[in-house]
Amino acid sequence: MNILNIFREIAKVDPEIYDRVDNRRSVFKHMSGFGSKVALAAVPLALSSVFKKAYGQNTSGVVGVLQFALTLEHLEAEFYKAALNSSGLIPTGAPMGAITKIRDHEIAHVTLLQQTITQLNATPNPMPNFDLTGGNGSGNGPYADAFSNYAKFLTVAQALEDTGVRAYKGQAANLISNDTVLQAALQIHSVEARHAAHIRLMRAGMSSTPDNGNLKPWITLTQAHGAPQSVYEGEGVTTQAGVDIMTNTDPDITAATASEAFDEPLTMAQVQAIVDPFIA
Amino acid sequence: MIKNNKTPNRVAFEDLMNPVNRRNFIRYTGIGMATTAVLLTGCGDDDEGGMNNMNATLTNNDTGILNFAYALEQLEAAFYTKVIATPYANMSTMETNLLKDIRDHEIAHRDFFKAALGSDAIGDLQVDFSAVNFNDRNSVLTTARTFEDLGVSAYNGAGNLISNADYLVIAGKIVSVEARHAAWIRDMLSNGTFSDSANAQGLDPAMMPSAVLQAADPFITTTITSQLP
Repeated sequence: MNILNIFREIAKVDPEIYDRVDNRRSVFKHMSGFGSKVALAAVPLALSSVFKKAYGQNTSGVVGVLQFALTLEHLEAEFYKAALNSSGLIPTGAPMGAITKIRDHEIAHVTLLQQTITQLNATPNPMPNFDLTGGNGSGNGPYADAFSNYAKFLTVAQALEDTGVRAYKGQAANLISNDTVLQAALQIHSVEARHAAHIRLMRAGMSSTPDNGNLKPWITLTQAHGAPQSVYEGEGVTTQAGVDIMTNTDPDITAATASEAFDEPLTMAQVQAIVDPFIA
Repeated sequence: MIKNNKTPNRVAFEDLMNPVNRRNFIRYTGIGMATTAVLLTGCGDDDEGGMNNMNATLTNNDTGILNFAYALEQLEAAFYTKVIATPYANMSTMETNLLKDIRDHEIAHRDFFKAALGSDAIGDLQVDFSAVNFNDRNSVLTTARTFEDLGVSAYNGAGNLISNADYLVIAGKIVSVEARHAAWIRDMLSNGTFSDSANAQGLDPAMMPSAVLQAADPFITTTITSQLP
């Protein structure tokens, strides 16, 4: 067993392995303290202690974020699958094409997240039992007609996509220790934003959408247009990093425009509260 | 925490093995004597009094990344300002309203970075939109799509170069708005293409700053000296 080879192998998936271990020289001291007394059979145990200390909380943090994202992507994928299986719900042509495209992305995200979690030596959480009506398992929640009422379907779709964008944004800083995972999360994040923009555009064109004339591809203040208000909580912010966007911009802009220019994150707890009714 | 553990020297060295990249390397990093001469001559005519708008340096750190973003936002803001000032034929009311929104978002981003960077901010970029026909909807929207998709790729690629978590979140707040812009512009060009930028894994592109600068170069007159990977 060659410990350097092990590190080289790990470095292929985690370039920061040397930094992690280097910052924890005491672990090596601990190991060398065993010195020649350590039997070969004990080496794996000692190594596992190194890795637990080197990665420990950090990896579980990254994996935790990925498991959280996986649940969201499962929900989105199952939601669109159910909609596309509901005959007559989605008009053929452009709407059917768009929803199919979005569904396929969500399925691809599920697969990618599962693979990434596995690569980090964790087990992807199984898909929860969903109640797509938003009824916590009653099967008779507020969106019970989402698969027979096209407008209601799009309302829920908008809520899920905008929540997804805000959820990934809220976790970016928790992924800063892992470049590969952070980049993939950002690459998913912007695709969710594209989905959201398109769903919003579809709804803007429907007179049944509340205040549809003011519904744009971007989020204005905390305007929900029929989606749950909690999805848009905190979106009305007009100050960024201490800079008042309304007056800093030349010429001055309105609060509405200032809020549109920056999407805001949601915490994991806020997202879980939004998603909770969909978990049976 | 120092998080940027890329190996820029090795990457840059490998890039130099490619003749095309070698030329770009010189273009982006070399301020030759001739450029310096132009720079000094240019200063005399500069009403702003600064020398920066003939040259901008992007350092290989968070300040450089923020200035990189500032440069892109300057480019986008200048473009949409012109789009609204000289609207293309038959621009619909909806298109006018939403393009004005986009212009204002980009100006908000630009001026935010300028304020956040303070004395570290690069100067005003000189832009060149001579390749764009501002009377023609297709020319304008195609250019807009290029800028928006490029902006998304740029923020996606720069994310893991950022050391400061607060800056990372700010970049995240901006990139999804750029993605919303990109999606809408794409739909205006061809409905349903909002996310055709993504690959089979459902991932949008991510580009390193050097590649982004290369793509933006035809639209920027100012010499950008970049130390970013």
